[in-house]
Amino acid sequence: MTNDFSLSIAGITYTSRLILGTGKFKTFELMLEALTAAQPGMITVAIRRVNLNNKGSQSFWNFLPKNIPILPNTAGCYTVEEAIRTARLAREVLETNLIKVEVIGDLKTLFPDVVGTLEATKVLVKEGFTVLPYTSDDPIMAKRLEDAGASTIMPLASPIGSGQGILNPFPVSLIIQQAKVPVIVDAGVGTASDAAIAMELGAAGVLLNTAVAEAKDPVLMAKAMDLGVRCGRTSFLAGRMPKRQMASASSPVSGMINV
Amino acid sequence: MDITLNGEAKSLHASVSIQQLLDQLSIPSGRVACEVNLKIIKRANYPTTFINEGDTVEIIQAIGGG
Repeated sequence: MTNDFSLSIAGITYTSRLILGTGKFKTFELMLEALTAAQPGMITVAIRRVNLNNKGSQSFWNFLPKNIPILPNTAGCYTVEEAIRTARLAREVLETNLIKVEVIGDLKTLFPDVVGTLEATKVLVKEGFTVLPYTSDDPIMAKRLEDAGASTIMPLASPIGSGQGILNPFPVSLIIQQAKVPVIVDAGVGTASDAAIAMELGAAGVLLNTAVAEAKDPVLMAKAMDLGVRCGRTSFLAGRMPKRQMASASSPVSGMINV
Repeated sequence: MDITLNGEAKSLHASVSIQQLLDQLSIPSGRVACEVNLKIIKRANYPTTFINEGDTVEIIQAIGGG
């Protein structure tokens, strides 16, 4: 059954509008506890070589909740070719057509190379992938990605892992208003109120990782993110009051006893 | 027989299938993808795909990431 806290992408319904990353947790145990607390609609993973000298990394699998769909990413790819190759490998490892496409343009900001992102999206859509591209907050590029067959648009709120929150709500809001596919705010969320703000702008979902993994108490922050997303979604549906320049008394101005 | 495995030189005693290589390395085949010379080998073909001298082999997995 769908409710308003569920997220629909390319005809598939996910049980939460929160998508959580699995990187940077101090231990796999802590990661599992955080994922269990947040109950995200999807969890993201990266695709890398098996470390032949330390196979401990394989036990990562044993700490993933079995009931949450997995969204692999092409994180760390700087070229279209690398991203496409990684997507194909991800499909083979995970037996999923879902792919979060990242083509990174710059090491310092991790801003997306949007030209490369668009190119990779076109190729992967043709190959039958459900493409969720990480992109800039440029509404024109968002439109181009949508036209290319992207199943979501995932604009950044601020640089990946920066926790700076939604630095530029206006273009994100424009993307949300024009898009016919779900818009998921991806990257930059630092705390639960940031997630709520994204949802209040009308985003269909929020994708985050570092804000939970690097919180003092990741499990508690995971729970807060779940609440933040629900809170923001509910607030969006409720419809905020218009802003006024000056005060407007909440109590009646007539019937004062000292007049 | 010399191959390149995950970017490092490796010597094998004899020609082995992908499945045998994974078994030797104690890697469960259900959680990886394998590429030989940039071509992805489907999991069902691991037992019948043999590695040759000079091949570049990649064994790929999912790990934590955002």
